[in-house]
Amino acid sequence: MVITQPDLEAVEIQLLLDGLFRHYGVDFRDYSYPSIRRRIRNMMIDEKLSTISALQERLLHDPSCMERFLLAVSVHVSSMFRDPPFFANFRAAVVPLLRTYPYVRIWHAGCSTGEEVYSLAILLSEEGLLERSKLYATDHNESVLRKARQGIYPLSAMKLYTDNYIKSGGKRSFSEYYTAKYEHAIFAPALSSNVVFAQHNLVGDRSFNEFNVIMCRNVLIYFNKTLQARVHKLFYESLCQLGVLALGDRESIKFSPYEDCFKELVGESKFYQRVK
Amino acid sequence: MDFKIVVAGTSLGGLKAITALLSALPENFSLPLVVIQHREYASGELLKGLLQKVTCLPVQEVEDKDAILPGRIYLAPPDYHLLIDRGEFALSIDDPVTFARPSVDVAFDSAAASYGQGVLAVILTGAGRDGAAGAASIEAFGGVVLVQDPSSAEAKSMPQAAIAATKAAHVLPLAEIISFLHQNCCLGGQPQHV
Repeated sequence: MVITQPDLEAVEIQLLLDGLFRHYGVDFRDYSYPSIRRRIRNMMIDEKLSTISALQERLLHDPSCMERFLLAVSVHVSSMFRDPPFFANFRAAVVPLLRTYPYVRIWHAGCSTGEEVYSLAILLSEEGLLERSKLYATDHNESVLRKARQGIYPLSAMKLYTDNYIKSGGKRSFSEYYTAKYEHAIFAPALSSNVVFAQHNLVGDRSFNEFNVIMCRNVLIYFNKTLQARVHKLFYESLCQLGVLALGDRESIKFSPYEDCFKELVGESKFYQRVK
Repeated sequence: MDFKIVVAGTSLGGLKAITALLSALPENFSLPLVVIQHREYASGELLKGLLQKVTCLPVQEVEDKDAILPGRIYLAPPDYHLLIDRGEFALSIDDPVTFARPSVDVAFDSAAASYGQGVLAVILTGAGRDGAAGAASIEAFGGVVLVQDPSSAEAKSMPQAAIAATKAAHVLPLAEIISFLHQNCCLGGQPQHV
Protein backbone atom coordinates (compact mmCIF):
# COMPACT_ATOMS: atom_id res chain seq x y z
CA MET A 1 0.00 0.00 0.00
CA VAL A 2 1.30 3.45 -0.87
CA ILE A 3 1.36 5.61 2.23
CA THR A 4 0.62 9.30 1.87
CA GLN A 5 3.19 11.44 3.66
CA PRO A 6 1.74 14.21 5.81
CA ASP A 7 4.84 16.34 5.18
CA LEU A 8 4.54 16.11 1.41
CA GLU A 9 0.87 17.02 1.52
CA ALA A 10 1.71 20.01 3.71
CA VAL A 11 4.29 21.16 1.15
CA GLU A 12 1.72 20.94 -1.65
CA ILE A 13 -0.82 22.94 0.34
CA GLN A 14 1.80 25.56 1.20
CA LEU A 15 2.69 25.90 -2.48
CA LEU A 16 -0.96 26.28 -3.45
CA LEU A 17 -1.56 28.98 -0.83
CA ASP A 18 1.66 30.79 -1.81
CA GLY A 19 0.55 30.69 -5.43
CA LEU A 20 -2.87 32.17 -4.64
CA PHE A 21 -1.26 34.93 -2.61
CA ARG A 22 1.22 35.84 -5.34
CA HIS A 23 -1.26 35.65 -8.20
CA TYR A 24 -4.51 36.90 -6.67
CA GLY A 25 -3.26 38.71 -3.57
CA VAL A 26 -5.58 36.71 -1.27
CA ASP A 27 -3.81 35.43 1.77
CA PHE A 28 -4.88 32.15 3.36
CA ARG A 29 -1.36 31.27 4.51
CA ASP A 30 -2.15 31.90 8.16
CA TYR A 31 -5.43 30.04 8.20
CA SER A 32 -5.70 27.05 10.51
CA TYR A 33 -3.92 24.24 8.66
CA PRO A 34 -6.38 21.39 9.25
CA SER A 35 -9.34 23.61 8.32
CA ILE A 36 -7.85 24.94 5.10
CA ARG A 37 -6.65 21.44 4.22
CA ARG A 38 -10.18 20.13 4.67
CA ARG A 39 -11.61 22.83 2.42
CA ILE A 40 -8.98 22.05 -0.21
CA ARG A 41 -9.71 18.31 0.01
CA ASN A 42 -13.46 18.93 -0.35
CA MET A 43 -12.81 21.25 -3.27
CA MET A 44 -10.79 18.51 -5.00
CA ILE A 45 -13.80 16.18 -4.72
CA ASP A 46 -16.17 18.84 -6.09
CA GLU A 47 -13.82 19.63 -8.97
CA LYS A 48 -13.16 15.92 -9.59
CA LEU A 49 -9.41 16.34 -9.22
CA SER A 50 -7.15 13.79 -7.59
CA THR A 51 -4.12 15.88 -6.63
CA ILE A 52 -3.53 19.17 -4.86
CA SER A 53 -1.17 20.21 -7.67
CA ALA A 54 -3.97 19.75 -10.22
CA LEU A 55 -6.22 21.97 -8.11
CA GLN A 56 -3.43 24.54 -7.90
CA GLU A 57 -3.14 24.59 -11.69
CA ARG A 58 -6.86 25.07 -12.17
CA LEU A 59 -7.06 27.77 -9.51
CA LEU A 60 -4.24 29.75 -11.10
CA HIS A 61 -5.57 29.50 -14.65
CA ASP A 62 -9.32 29.54 -14.18
CA PRO A 63 -10.69 32.58 -12.31
CA SER A 64 -14.15 30.99 -12.04
CA CYS A 65 -12.61 28.10 -10.14
CA MET A 66 -10.97 30.68 -7.88
CA GLU A 67 -14.41 32.23 -7.24
CA ARG A 68 -15.72 28.86 -6.13
CA PHE A 69 -12.68 28.37 -3.94
CA LEU A 70 -13.15 31.74 -2.23
CA LEU A 71 -16.72 30.82 -1.37
CA ALA A 72 -15.79 27.33 -0.20
CA VAL A 73 -12.93 28.54 1.95
CA SER A 74 -14.39 31.64 3.48
CA VAL A 75 -18.00 30.89 4.33
CA HIS A 76 -18.76 29.76 7.85
CA VAL A 77 -22.50 29.69 8.19
CA SER A 78 -23.84 30.06 11.70
CA SER A 79 -27.41 29.82 12.93
CA MET A 80 -29.66 32.35 14.64
CA PHE A 81 -29.13 32.51 18.39
CA ARG A 82 -26.44 29.83 18.09
CA ASP A 83 -25.35 28.97 21.64
CA PRO A 84 -28.44 30.40 23.41
CA PRO A 85 -26.63 30.94 26.77
CA PHE A 86 -24.40 33.44 24.97
CA PHE A 87 -27.39 35.63 24.12
CA ALA A 88 -28.90 35.16 27.59
CA ASN A 89 -25.61 36.32 29.11
CA PHE A 90 -25.46 39.22 26.65
CA ARG A 91 -28.82 40.39 28.00
CA ALA A 92 -27.79 39.88 31.61
CA ALA A 93 -24.23 41.23 31.59
CA VAL A 94 -23.64 43.42 28.53
CA VAL A 95 -27.01 45.16 28.10
CA PRO A 96 -26.82 46.95 31.51
CA LEU A 97 -23.44 48.33 30.49
CA LEU A 98 -24.77 49.50 27.13
CA ARG A 99 -27.66 51.31 28.83
CA THR A 100 -25.12 53.68 30.38
CA TYR A 101 -24.10 54.99 26.93
CA PRO A 102 -26.14 57.57 25.00
CA TYR A 103 -25.05 55.92 21.76
CA VAL A 104 -23.78 52.40 21.16
CA ARG A 105 -21.43 51.19 18.45
CA ILE A 106 -21.12 47.45 17.86
CA TRP A 107 -18.81 45.72 15.43
CA HIS A 108 -19.84 42.26 14.34
CA ALA A 109 -16.68 40.97 12.68
CA GLY A 110 -17.02 38.04 10.31
CA CYS A 111 -20.81 38.18 10.11
CA SER A 112 -21.02 35.74 7.19
CA THR A 113 -24.63 35.42 5.96
CA GLY A 114 -25.93 37.48 8.87
CA GLU A 115 -27.85 35.01 11.08
CA GLU A 116 -26.23 36.35 14.24
CA VAL A 117 -26.57 39.98 13.12
CA TYR A 118 -30.35 39.63 13.07
CA SER A 119 -30.21 37.73 16.36
CA LEU A 120 -28.37 40.61 18.00
CA ALA A 121 -30.69 43.19 16.40
CA ILE A 122 -33.70 41.34 17.83
CA LEU A 123 -32.10 41.25 21.26
CA LEU A 124 -31.25 44.97 21.17
CA SER A 125 -34.71 45.89 19.99
CA GLU A 126 -36.33 43.93 22.84
CA GLU A 127 -34.05 45.73 25.29
CA GLY A 128 -34.98 49.11 23.78
CA LEU A 129 -31.42 49.71 22.59
CA LEU A 130 -31.65 49.20 18.85
CA GLU A 131 -32.62 52.78 18.04
CA ARG A 132 -29.55 54.25 19.64
CA SER A 133 -27.21 51.57 18.35
CA LYS A 134 -25.24 51.25 15.18
CA LEU A 135 -24.19 47.75 14.16
CA TYR A 136 -21.29 47.40 11.77
CA ALA A 137 -21.54 43.91 10.31
CA THR A 138 -18.48 43.06 8.27
CA ASP A 139 -17.15 40.15 6.29
CA HIS A 140 -14.42 39.90 3.69
CA ASN A 141 -16.66 38.07 1.26
CA GLU A 142 -19.00 40.26 -0.77
CA SER A 143 -21.35 37.46 -1.79
CA VAL A 144 -22.14 36.43 1.79
CA LEU A 145 -22.72 40.11 2.64
CA ARG A 146 -25.32 40.28 -0.13
CA LYS A 147 -27.18 37.44 1.56
CA ALA A 148 -26.78 39.06 4.95
CA ARG A 149 -28.29 42.32 3.65
CA GLN A 150 -31.32 40.46 2.33
CA GLY A 151 -32.09 38.79 5.66
CA ILE A 152 -33.85 35.86 3.98
CA TYR A 153 -33.36 32.39 5.43
CA PRO A 154 -34.87 28.98 4.75
CA LEU A 155 -38.20 28.48 6.47
CA SER A 156 -37.04 24.98 7.41
CA ALA A 157 -34.46 26.48 9.79
CA MET A 158 -37.06 28.43 11.80
CA LYS A 159 -37.87 25.56 14.14
CA LEU A 160 -34.28 25.38 15.40
CA TYR A 161 -33.99 29.18 15.47
CA THR A 162 -37.25 29.51 17.44
CA ASP A 163 -35.99 26.95 19.96
CA ASN A 164 -32.72 28.83 20.28
CA TYR A 165 -34.53 32.16 20.61
CA ILE A 166 -36.68 30.88 23.46
CA LYS A 167 -33.68 29.36 25.26
CA SER A 168 -31.79 32.64 24.86
CA GLY A 169 -34.43 34.49 26.88
CA GLY A 170 -36.40 35.96 23.97
CA LYS A 171 -39.33 38.06 25.16
CA ARG A 172 -41.81 37.78 22.32
CA SER A 173 -42.99 35.32 19.75
CA PHE A 174 -40.16 34.64 17.31
CA SER A 175 -42.52 34.53 14.32
CA GLU A 176 -43.28 38.25 14.82
CA TYR A 177 -39.88 39.02 13.36
CA TYR A 178 -40.28 37.44 9.96
CA THR A 179 -42.75 36.98 7.15
CA ALA A 180 -43.04 33.49 5.71
CA LYS A 181 -43.16 33.43 1.93
CA TYR A 182 -42.87 30.26 -0.14
CA GLU A 183 -40.04 28.37 1.52
CA HIS A 184 -38.41 31.43 3.04
CA ALA A 185 -38.51 33.57 6.13
CA ILE A 186 -37.97 37.26 5.36
CA PHE A 187 -36.82 39.23 8.37
CA ALA A 188 -38.34 42.63 9.15
CA PRO A 189 -36.41 45.47 7.46
CA ALA A 190 -36.69 47.51 10.67
CA LEU A 191 -34.22 45.10 12.27
CA SER A 192 -31.47 46.03 9.85
CA SER A 193 -32.23 49.75 9.61
CA ASN A 194 -29.34 50.53 11.97
CA VAL A 195 -27.03 47.91 10.52
CA VAL A 196 -24.23 48.83 8.14
CA PHE A 197 -23.07 45.82 6.13
CA ALA A 198 -19.57 46.42 4.83
CA GLN A 199 -16.62 44.56 3.43
CA HIS A 200 -13.69 44.26 5.81
CA ASN A 201 -10.91 41.72 5.82
CA LEU A 202 -9.57 40.75 9.23
CA VAL A 203 -6.42 39.43 7.58
CA GLY A 204 -5.20 42.77 6.26
CA ASP A 205 -7.56 45.68 6.91
CA ARG A 206 -7.20 48.18 9.71
CA SER A 207 -9.53 49.39 12.39
CA PHE A 208 -12.24 51.79 11.18
CA ASN A 209 -13.83 53.07 14.38
CA GLU A 210 -13.97 52.69 18.14
CA PHE A 211 -16.58 50.31 19.53
CA ASN A 212 -18.41 49.50 22.74
CA VAL A 213 -18.78 45.87 21.73
CA ILE A 214 -16.89 43.71 19.27
CA MET A 215 -18.55 40.40 18.55
CA CYS A 216 -16.50 37.84 16.68
CA ARG A 217 -17.71 34.31 17.31
CA ASN A 218 -16.29 31.20 15.70
CA VAL A 219 -14.31 33.14 13.13
CA LEU A 220 -10.88 33.12 14.74
CA ILE A 221 -11.07 29.31 15.00
CA TYR A 222 -10.31 29.28 11.26
CA PHE A 223 -7.02 31.15 11.80
CA ASN A 224 -3.70 29.94 13.16
CA LYS A 225 -2.27 31.44 16.34
CA THR A 226 -0.09 33.96 14.47
CA LEU A 227 -3.07 35.43 12.66
CA GLN A 228 -5.23 35.22 15.78
CA ALA A 229 -2.70 37.36 17.62
CA ARG A 230 -2.77 39.98 14.83
CA VAL A 231 -6.57 40.12 14.89
CA HIS A 232 -6.58 40.36 18.69
CA LYS A 233 -4.34 43.42 18.37
CA LEU A 234 -6.83 44.93 15.92
CA PHE A 235 -9.73 44.21 18.30
CA TYR A 236 -7.87 45.63 21.27
CA GLU A 237 -7.15 48.83 19.38
CA SER A 238 -10.76 49.08 18.20
CA LEU A 239 -12.39 48.73 21.62
CA CYS A 240 -13.07 51.69 23.87
CA GLN A 241 -12.16 51.52 27.56
CA LEU A 242 -14.58 49.10 29.27
CA GLY A 243 -15.66 47.88 25.86
CA VAL A 244 -16.53 44.21 25.55
CA LEU A 245 -15.07 41.56 23.27
CA ALA A 246 -17.44 38.63 22.70
CA LEU A 247 -16.01 35.36 21.40
CA GLY A 248 -17.41 31.89 20.65
CA ASP A 249 -18.08 29.47 23.50
CA ARG A 250 -14.97 27.35 22.82
CA GLU A 251 -12.66 30.31 22.09
CA SER A 252 -10.67 32.34 24.57
CA ILE A 253 -8.20 35.18 24.77
CA LYS A 254 -5.51 33.03 26.34
CA PHE A 255 -3.49 33.24 23.12
CA SER A 256 -3.99 36.99 22.72
CA PRO A 257 -1.00 39.26 23.36
CA TYR A 258 -3.49 41.53 25.17
CA GLU A 259 -4.90 38.92 27.53
CA ASP A 260 -3.79 40.98 30.55
CA CYS A 261 -5.77 44.00 29.40
CA PHE A 262 -9.09 42.18 29.73
CA LYS A 263 -11.15 40.80 32.54
CA GLU A 264 -13.81 38.11 32.22
CA LEU A 265 -17.26 39.60 32.45
CA VAL A 266 -19.30 36.41 32.92
CA GLY A 267 -18.04 33.07 34.09
CA GLU A 268 -19.33 30.65 31.48
CA SER A 269 -19.66 32.72 28.29
CA LYS A 270 -16.75 34.36 26.56
CA PHE A 271 -17.21 38.06 27.28
CA TYR A 272 -14.00 39.97 27.96
CA GLN A 273 -14.01 43.57 29.12
CA ARG A 274 -11.12 45.86 28.23
CA VAL A 275 -9.84 47.30 31.50
CA LYS A 276 -6.54 48.84 30.37
CA MET B 1 5.00 0.59 17.02
CA ASP B 2 5.61 4.19 17.81
CA PHE B 3 2.29 5.93 18.28
CA LYS B 4 1.97 9.65 18.98
CA ILE B 5 -1.75 10.01 19.51
CA VAL B 6 -4.86 7.89 20.06
CA VAL B 7 -8.21 8.96 18.58
CA ALA B 8 -11.42 7.18 19.54
CA GLY B 9 -14.85 7.62 17.94
CA THR B 10 -18.25 6.49 19.07
CA SER B 11 -21.84 7.62 18.71
CA LEU B 12 -24.42 8.80 21.17
CA GLY B 13 -24.79 5.39 22.84
CA GLY B 14 -21.08 4.90 23.39
CA LEU B 15 -20.81 6.20 26.91
CA LYS B 16 -20.53 2.72 28.44
CA ALA B 17 -17.73 1.69 26.09
CA ILE B 18 -15.84 4.97 26.59
CA THR B 19 -16.21 4.68 30.35
CA ALA B 20 -14.90 1.10 30.29
CA LEU B 21 -11.97 2.15 28.11
CA LEU B 22 -10.98 5.14 30.25
CA SER B 23 -11.38 3.34 33.56
CA ALA B 24 -8.95 0.68 32.31
CA LEU B 25 -6.19 3.14 31.38
CA PRO B 26 -3.23 3.06 33.77
CA GLU B 27 -1.58 6.09 35.32
CA ASN B 28 1.40 5.71 33.00
CA PHE B 29 -0.69 6.00 29.85
CA SER B 30 1.67 8.22 27.90
CA LEU B 31 -0.19 9.48 24.84
CA PRO B 32 -2.86 12.07 24.23
CA LEU B 33 -6.24 10.35 23.87
CA VAL B 34 -8.89 12.21 21.91
CA VAL B 35 -12.52 11.14 22.26
CA ILE B 36 -15.04 12.08 19.62
CA GLN B 37 -18.52 11.21 20.76
CA HIS B 38 -21.71 12.35 19.08
CA ARG B 39 -23.67 14.30 21.64
CA GLU B 40 -26.48 16.71 22.24
CA TYR B 41 -25.64 20.38 22.17
CA ALA B 42 -27.14 20.87 25.61
CA SER B 43 -24.96 18.19 27.18
CA GLY B 44 -22.45 20.87 28.14
CA GLU B 45 -19.62 19.71 30.36
CA LEU B 46 -21.66 16.85 31.81
CA LEU B 47 -19.70 14.23 29.88
CA LYS B 48 -16.41 15.59 31.17
CA GLY B 49 -17.59 15.25 34.76
CA LEU B 50 -18.79 11.69 34.22
CA LEU B 51 -15.55 10.57 32.61
CA GLN B 52 -13.27 12.33 35.07
CA LYS B 53 -14.80 10.16 37.79
CA VAL B 54 -13.45 6.96 36.22
CA THR B 55 -9.87 7.96 35.39
CA CYS B 56 -6.96 9.59 37.15
CA LEU B 57 -5.78 11.09 33.85
CA PRO B 58 -6.94 14.70 33.42
CA VAL B 59 -10.03 15.02 31.21
CA GLN B 60 -10.77 18.26 29.38
CA GLU B 61 -13.23 19.52 26.81
CA VAL B 62 -11.21 21.13 24.05
CA GLU B 63 -11.05 24.87 23.42
CA ASP B 64 -9.69 26.23 20.17
CA LYS B 65 -5.88 25.93 19.84
CA ASP B 66 -5.42 23.99 23.08
CA ALA B 67 -2.10 22.15 23.11
CA ILE B 68 -2.11 18.38 22.62
CA LEU B 69 -0.23 16.88 25.57
CA PRO B 70 0.59 13.30 26.54
CA GLY B 71 -1.31 11.53 29.31
CA ARG B 72 -4.45 13.59 28.87
CA ILE B 73 -7.97 12.82 27.71
CA TYR B 74 -9.53 15.33 25.33
CA LEU B 75 -13.23 15.52 24.48
CA ALA B 76 -14.60 17.04 21.30
CA PRO B 77 -16.97 19.86 22.36
CA PRO B 78 -20.61 19.62 21.26
CA ASP B 79 -21.66 21.36 18.02
CA TYR B 80 -18.10 21.85 16.73
CA HIS B 81 -15.92 19.72 14.52
CA LEU B 82 -12.67 18.88 16.26
CA LEU B 83 -9.60 19.02 14.04
CA ILE B 84 -6.18 17.79 15.01
CA ASP B 85 -3.17 19.86 13.99
CA ARG B 86 0.43 19.08 14.90
CA GLY B 87 0.65 19.75 18.60
CA GLU B 88 -2.64 21.59 18.91
CA PHE B 89 -6.36 21.38 18.24
CA ALA B 90 -8.50 23.48 15.95
CA LEU B 91 -12.29 23.75 15.85
CA SER B 92 -14.73 24.48 13.07
CA ILE B 93 -18.45 25.07 12.66
CA ASP B 94 -18.54 23.68 9.12
CA ASP B 95 -21.71 21.80 8.25
CA PRO B 96 -22.33 18.47 9.98
CA VAL B 97 -20.82 15.48 8.15
CA THR B 98 -23.03 12.38 7.91
CA PHE B 99 -25.38 14.26 10.26
CA ALA B 100 -22.70 14.58 12.94
CA ARG B 101 -20.91 17.53 14.51
CA PRO B 102 -18.49 16.63 15.97
CA SER B 103 -17.81 14.18 13.17
CA VAL B 104 -15.47 11.25 13.73
CA ASP B 105 -14.56 11.35 10.02
CA VAL B 106 -13.39 14.96 10.26
CA ALA B 107 -11.34 14.36 13.39
CA PHE B 108 -9.76 11.14 12.14
CA ASP B 109 -8.90 12.58 8.73
CA SER B 110 -7.20 15.61 10.31
CA ALA B 111 -5.30 13.36 12.74
CA ALA B 112 -4.07 11.27 9.82
CA ALA B 113 -2.86 14.34 7.94
CA SER B 114 -1.02 15.66 10.98
CA TYR B 115 0.40 12.55 12.65
CA GLY B 116 0.50 10.02 9.78
CA GLN B 117 1.89 6.70 10.98
CA GLY B 118 1.76 7.92 14.56
CA VAL B 119 -2.04 7.61 14.77
CA LEU B 120 -3.81 4.81 16.56
CA ALA B 121 -7.55 5.04 15.85
CA VAL B 122 -10.30 3.21 17.70
CA ILE B 123 -13.88 2.83 16.48
CA LEU B 124 -16.24 1.78 19.24
CA THR B 125 -19.90 0.86 19.29
CA GLY B 126 -22.17 3.21 17.40
CA ALA B 127 -25.02 3.69 14.98
CA GLY B 128 -24.55 5.14 11.52
CA ARG B 129 -21.43 5.16 9.40
CA ASP B 130 -19.47 8.10 10.76
CA GLY B 131 -15.82 7.16 11.22
CA ALA B 132 -15.59 4.81 8.23
CA ALA B 133 -14.13 7.38 5.83
CA GLY B 134 -11.93 8.69 8.63
CA ALA B 135 -10.60 5.20 9.37
CA ALA B 136 -9.77 4.80 5.68
CA SER B 137 -7.80 8.09 5.82
CA ILE B 138 -5.89 6.86 8.86
CA GLU B 139 -4.83 3.77 6.90
CA ALA B 140 -3.93 5.78 3.81
CA PHE B 141 -1.53 7.83 5.93
CA GLY B 142 0.00 4.73 7.51
CA GLY B 143 -1.77 4.72 10.88
CA VAL B 144 -3.36 1.75 12.65
CA VAL B 145 -7.11 1.20 13.10
CA LEU B 146 -8.75 -0.90 15.82
CA VAL B 147 -12.46 -1.63 15.53
CA GLN B 148 -14.63 -3.00 18.29
CA ASP B 149 -15.89 -6.42 17.23
CA PRO B 150 -19.47 -5.77 16.03
CA SER B 151 -20.67 -8.96 17.71
CA SER B 152 -19.71 -7.49 21.10
CA ALA B 153 -20.82 -3.93 20.35
CA GLU B 154 -24.15 -2.54 21.51
CA ALA B 155 -24.69 -0.84 18.16
CA LYS B 156 -23.02 -2.58 15.26
CA SER B 157 -23.35 -0.32 12.21
CA MET B 158 -20.47 2.07 12.94
CA PRO B 159 -17.94 -0.74 13.55
CA GLN B 160 -19.25 -2.63 10.51
CA ALA B 161 -18.94 0.41 8.25
CA ALA B 162 -15.37 1.00 9.47
CA ILE B 163 -14.41 -2.63 8.81
CA ALA B 164 -15.84 -2.43 5.30
CA ALA B 165 -13.99 0.83 4.55
CA THR B 166 -10.57 -0.36 5.70
CA LYS B 167 -8.15 -3.03 4.53
CA ALA B 168 -6.21 -3.97 7.64
CA ALA B 169 -8.25 -2.88 10.64
CA HIS B 170 -7.84 -5.06 13.73
CA VAL B 171 -11.26 -6.26 14.81
CA LEU B 172 -11.16 -6.87 18.57
CA PRO B 173 -13.45 -7.13 21.57
CA LEU B 174 -13.24 -4.16 23.93
CA ALA B 175 -11.05 -6.05 26.43
CA GLU B 176 -8.43 -6.68 23.75
CA ILE B 177 -8.56 -3.09 22.55
CA ILE B 178 -7.73 -2.15 26.12
CA SER B 179 -4.80 -4.56 26.28
CA PHE B 180 -3.53 -3.22 22.95
CA LEU B 181 -3.47 0.26 24.50
CA HIS B 182 -1.68 -1.11 27.56
CA GLN B 183 1.00 -2.72 25.44
CA ASN B 184 1.54 0.12 22.98
CA CYS B 185 0.71 3.38 24.67
CA CYS B 186 2.18 3.20 28.15
CA LEU B 187 5.56 4.26 29.46
CA GLY B 188 7.97 1.60 30.74
CA GLY B 189 6.57 -1.42 28.87
CA GLN B 190 4.45 -3.33 31.35
CA PRO B 191 1.74 -1.12 32.69
CA GLN B 192 1.27 -0.52 36.37
CA HIS B 193 -2.29 -1.31 37.27
CA VAL B 194 -3.97 1.18 39.51
